[in-house]
Amino acid sequence: MARLLALIRKEFLALLRDKASRMVLIGPPLIQLLVFSYAATFDLNNIPFVVINEDPGLAGREMVARFEGSPSFRQVAALPSTAGMADLIDHRAALLAIHVGRDFSRDLMIGRPAPLQIVIDGRNSNTAAIALSYASEIVLGFDADWAAAHGGRAAPATLEVRAWYNPNLLSRWFVVPGIVGLLTFVVTMLVSGLSVVREREAGTFDQLLVTPYRPWEILLGKAAPGLLIGAAEASVIVVVAVTWFGVPLIGSVVALALGLALFLVSAIGIGLMISSLAATQQQGLLGAFLFLVPAIILSGFATPIENMPRLVQYVTYLNPMRYLMVILRGTFLEGDGFVALLGQYWPLALLGAASMTAATALARRRMG
Amino acid sequence: MPPRHAGRSPVAEPGHPPALRFAAVGKRFGSGARQVAALSDLTLSIPAGRITGLLGPDAAGKTTLLRLAAGLLRPDAGRLDVLGLDAARDAARIQARIGYMPQRFGLYEDLSVQENLDLYAQLQGLTPAERPARYAELLRLTALGPFGHRRAGALSGGMKQKLGLACTLLRVPELLLLDEPTVGVDPISRRELWAIIANLRTRGVTVLVSTSYLDEAERCDQVVLMDAGRLLVQGQPHQLAADLQGRCFAVRHVTLDRRVLQQRLLTAPGVTDVRLEGTGVRALLAAAAVPPPLEGSTWQPATPEFADVFVDRLQARQARRVALQVAQAAATDKTDKDVVLHVARLNRFFDQFHAVNDVSFDVVRGEVFGLLGANGAGKTTTFRMLCGLLPASSGELRVVGQDLRTAPAEARRQIGYVAQKFALYGNLSVAQNLAFFAAAYGLRKARLRARLDWALAEFELGPYLDRNAGDIPLGYKQRLALACALLHEPPILFLDEPTSGVDPLARSEFWQRINQYAAAGTTVLITTHFMDEAEYCDRLVLMSQGSVLASGTPADIRARAASPDVPNPTMEDAFISLIAAHEANLRRAA
Amino acid sequence: MNLGRLRGLIWKESVQILRDPSALAIAFVLPLFLLLLFGYGVSLNAEHVPIGVVAEHPNPQTETFVGTLRHSRYFDVHELPSLAAAGAAMAQHEIRGFVWMRSDFARQTLGPGPGTIGVALNGVDANTARLVQGYLTQSWQIWLAQQQQEQGAAPALPVAAQTRIWFNPALRSRDYLVPGLIAVIMTLIGALLTALVVAREWERGTMEALMASPVTMAEILVGKLLPYFVLGMGGMALSVGLAVTLFAVPLRGSLLVLAGASALFLLVALGMGLLISSLARNQFVAGQISIVVTFLPAFILSGFIFDIRSMPTVIQGITHILPARYFVSILQTVFLAGDVWAVILPDAGALAMMAVFFLGVTLLRSRKRLD
Repeated sequence: MARLLALIRKEFLALLRDKASRMVLIGPPLIQLLVFSYAATFDLNNIPFVVINEDPGLAGREMVARFEGSPSFRQVAALPSTAGMADLIDHRAALLAIHVGRDFSRDLMIGRPAPLQIVIDGRNSNTAAIALSYASEIVLGFDADWAAAHGGRAAPATLEVRAWYNPNLLSRWFVVPGIVGLLTFVVTMLVSGLSVVREREAGTFDQLLVTPYRPWEILLGKAAPGLLIGAAEASVIVVVAVTWFGVPLIGSVVALALGLALFLVSAIGIGLMISSLAATQQQGLLGAFLFLVPAIILSGFATPIENMPRLVQYVTYLNPMRYLMVILRGTFLEGDGFVALLGQYWPLALLGAASMTAATALARRRMG
Repeated sequence: MPPRHAGRSPVAEPGHPPALRFAAVGKRFGSGARQVAALSDLTLSIPAGRITGLLGPDAAGKTTLLRLAAGLLRPDAGRLDVLGLDAARDAARIQARIGYMPQRFGLYEDLSVQENLDLYAQLQGLTPAERPARYAELLRLTALGPFGHRRAGALSGGMKQKLGLACTLLRVPELLLLDEPTVGVDPISRRELWAIIANLRTRGVTVLVSTSYLDEAERCDQVVLMDAGRLLVQGQPHQLAADLQGRCFAVRHVTLDRRVLQQRLLTAPGVTDVRLEGTGVRALLAAAAVPPPLEGSTWQPATPEFADVFVDRLQARQARRVALQVAQAAATDKTDKDVVLHVARLNRFFDQFHAVNDVSFDVVRGEVFGLLGANGAGKTTTFRMLCGLLPASSGELRVVGQDLRTAPAEARRQIGYVAQKFALYGNLSVAQNLAFFAAAYGLRKARLRARLDWALAEFELGPYLDRNAGDIPLGYKQRLALACALLHEPPILFLDEPTSGVDPLARSEFWQRINQYAAAGTTVLITTHFMDEAEYCDRLVLMSQGSVLASGTPADIRARAASPDVPNPTMEDAFISLIAAHEANLRRAA
Repeated sequence: MNLGRLRGLIWKESVQILRDPSALAIAFVLPLFLLLLFGYGVSLNAEHVPIGVVAEHPNPQTETFVGTLRHSRYFDVHELPSLAAAGAAMAQHEIRGFVWMRSDFARQTLGPGPGTIGVALNGVDANTARLVQGYLTQSWQIWLAQQQQEQGAAPALPVAAQTRIWFNPALRSRDYLVPGLIAVIMTLIGALLTALVVAREWERGTMEALMASPVTMAEILVGKLLPYFVLGMGGMALSVGLAVTLFAVPLRGSLLVLAGASALFLLVALGMGLLISSLARNQFVAGQISIVVTFLPAFILSGFIFDIRSMPTVIQGITHILPARYFVSILQTVFLAGDVWAVILPDAGALAMMAVFFLGVTLLRSRKRLD
């Protein structure tokens, strides 16, 4: 036992005594947490739009006023005709053009469908879709009020939308818990993915192998820093997410901790596998990178797994990040506890056991 | 320190200004507290048209001096003239006229021999018309002709160095700077390299070559001996050696083992250095000292060599005389033939490459057994198989009756291991390294304290205890690695190239320690590419390209190479003649 | 600059590229891998979203609305017996949301109205939730129009919004993600290629030998830049080819503009790589720095996936120092909109300035000395 502790202590010292590697473990994750949490948002505000109001009546002005009044929109220009509109959209000065036709008020008064043209820049399709849904909310609000005020026939049924778990549909509530997983993942992979190969390159791995340590003891020693550093970093980020970004954590903290622990084990196992296979640190780094990028992309961190082709969806079952994302968002926002997450725990446990076993076997093989 | 032999430094002949002139040159690296002076107040002239050897222990400033001369570094103080130009301002013009071969010469490993030559010919501005003649001459000199299409990466270490030299010599430079061109190279390539260098004399090229092989000093017209960034002495090697006339002796003793004799003499007053040589020892006395009285010893005057000059000039730096507890009883009694290591018909392939070819040997308890050969001879592969780090392709391996690859982990307590380049945890402190290895071997409580105290005292690591192992001088790294391997008092010690890159003084001190442990009953298996270190082994095998060329005691092996022309061959001579015989055999077989 | 020496250096570099598979792998295999991964893996288009329907009293009125939902390609409708069942399905992530029509739905819609269609969405993924909400609103409007036609009544919605989406009428997310992706990939590749190869020269000791020869620093840099520029353009061509053929992204601008902008951007990326390698003379550190300073910021901050206009002002400011930002903007415009000079010229100008900056700083920093 004392021998094992000495090994773990050595791994920590080797990792943390170097100022540069300490900085790499602490600085970038925090900076990334802040920058990404602010930058990675799909919410739109201040959508620049241009108005072409050819309607002399009040209704047209009323409609334009509703857009101007909305916090989501910002008027950048008003044009007398559609002449300059294309230019503004082409060079991205405006995302959206609202064109109120000459007969808008008149049509409304006589009960004919009053046309309102909305032209939108579709280059960023997601932005366009979201902006469009904002615009249609405004138009529907106008409709309802107009019907009420002018005694027109109201719609026979209306939609009453409520969003569970995230009532104001804040992207940040979605992104920040994901970033907890993302950063923990990156740090753990960097710590474990290079640990064996760094020693092999320095020649100390041979030195370690001729001591009476058994292969599993060596691997355990290698896994320990990743586990502890990953856990510590995840805790810090969770606290920042809750206190700084105000993301609610309504589920069971224990269930979250268990999920993170299982995830760390499987991520470390994969990291050690890569590390055992690599002959040089550069290969180890490249290997870690080539695993990290797809694992992040295919985790549901930024885009839902359901949107991916069927075959790709099957591949994601091998990705520990996939399960962690569900656990994080489940505990943070949906109030999940232990039982609700069982379906995520067991695949993680399985992945962890398999990758650790494989890493030990690989390390033993590479010892030759 | 003796006065500088200012009068003897060769004065530039009239009409021949010195090729290099250092005037109070200083160069520092790093910043703040970590700043170290690589060169301080160096004043020196290198005569044109001669071969000058640059020697000195580790960190003497040899590489810095060469880089300054090549215009790759700028002096912090003083002035440096190269070929009459100020190196600080005219680096570009200097570089057009010199050739420089760094320690690890930059061959493009993906390019073939011919392509490397083509590239450097283009870079040095050789016209296409000039090229064929230059190529032909250089390929003839380097004997690389048949390998023109081989990738540079697939050449042996010696061939790479020859190709590197050929690339620097494409346009014959006025001044050639060579940084340790022969390190780790097999003896045959080493001779060929020196033949090429000597050939440059006829073309009037000035050569400045640094080396850590003391015997190479004798091939130079003059030598510059440096230590810690300062000039110790400059002069002609044979004249410097002649100064020691009457202080060198070959010593024999009727009964004492040569190792015990060496230890006795080292502690005797007035003795500067004692080295093993042949069946006896070679002693260097301090100036004006007389041979110490020792019953049964015979003292015969010997011709001083440059190695003696080196030790004599640097003795002030020599840390201490290893105080040896002479364990006489164990030392002489090697008759019980208790086989500790057994290797039979060992083979190892890496894909198609036959790295170890049918190697067999036995090592008995308390023996110092050497695996000698150039880089790439298969020493390290054999070694790693013995330690259980690499599976053998075929053959038999036994360490104390067990195969370490399959034996339980506890069996590894039997061995201590020093890996190549002293693999230590570079960013752990010296104390942390010691503590870790002590714990790894399960040392506890009183024994732990006792062994750590022993390591500190024995290897004088105290001053470096809190420094990172990666930042301490190479000599101390070597000591720390040895200390870590010996903490658990293993009966068998494996040492892989423990003297590589270490300066001659540290090497000799290291061997004294090894002999001491062997005398106390530890079995030592050691690899080295320094042929002269064969003398320190009880028995050895000479390896080349995976095969054993010869095995036996050093005297046996030398005797096998003796011929009427060379009645007293050195180990290097022996290696060369054995290789010739081996190749003849191969040809006959083919 | 001596042309003979320069030719030698370029020839050497080219032979090395051809013999050492790692450079070719970085230039061609890596973009292929990333493009396929992102192209297939990243999609913001939600289709066949599983949603539940709870009709407390199924009748023709509710059935018409459910029918509209069934008709939509956006939804995959699951009928559920009760609100409780819907809640459970939601918690299990079996459905993304559900529509709930009370028992009085038919009476209200036919009578005094309005009836209420309750919609509950899983808001965790706010973006998808918002898209689903938009799709539901569309279906509802279609249903209203049908109702109105059947009953011959006045329009329930007085304003007829006519939406025209320019450049990407189907709002295929791939059409905007793939061009941006090319920018992200080229940032990584450009920097990685040069950073690694220069660091390799330091590691193998070939740089020291080059420096002591009569070669000038400018020759060494140009000798590196040119072959990798050609290689990078090859990788770029491969990426564009894949985008147009495999992912069927329209290319509305001219190839010439695309090539010009790519060339400019590659100079920036290669310049960044050279600068990184002049700071870190070891392949490992150089590789790490290039990944950290190029890939992640290009991914998050270039506008490739997250709209820069939505970011806080400070972060929008930061994006201006990222070369990828300008290239993403050019690529999205050239692919989807055409040669819009009002976008291309300022962006290209910014790239040109950056190219001069990075190459200039590298040249100033790189002296033929080791200290």
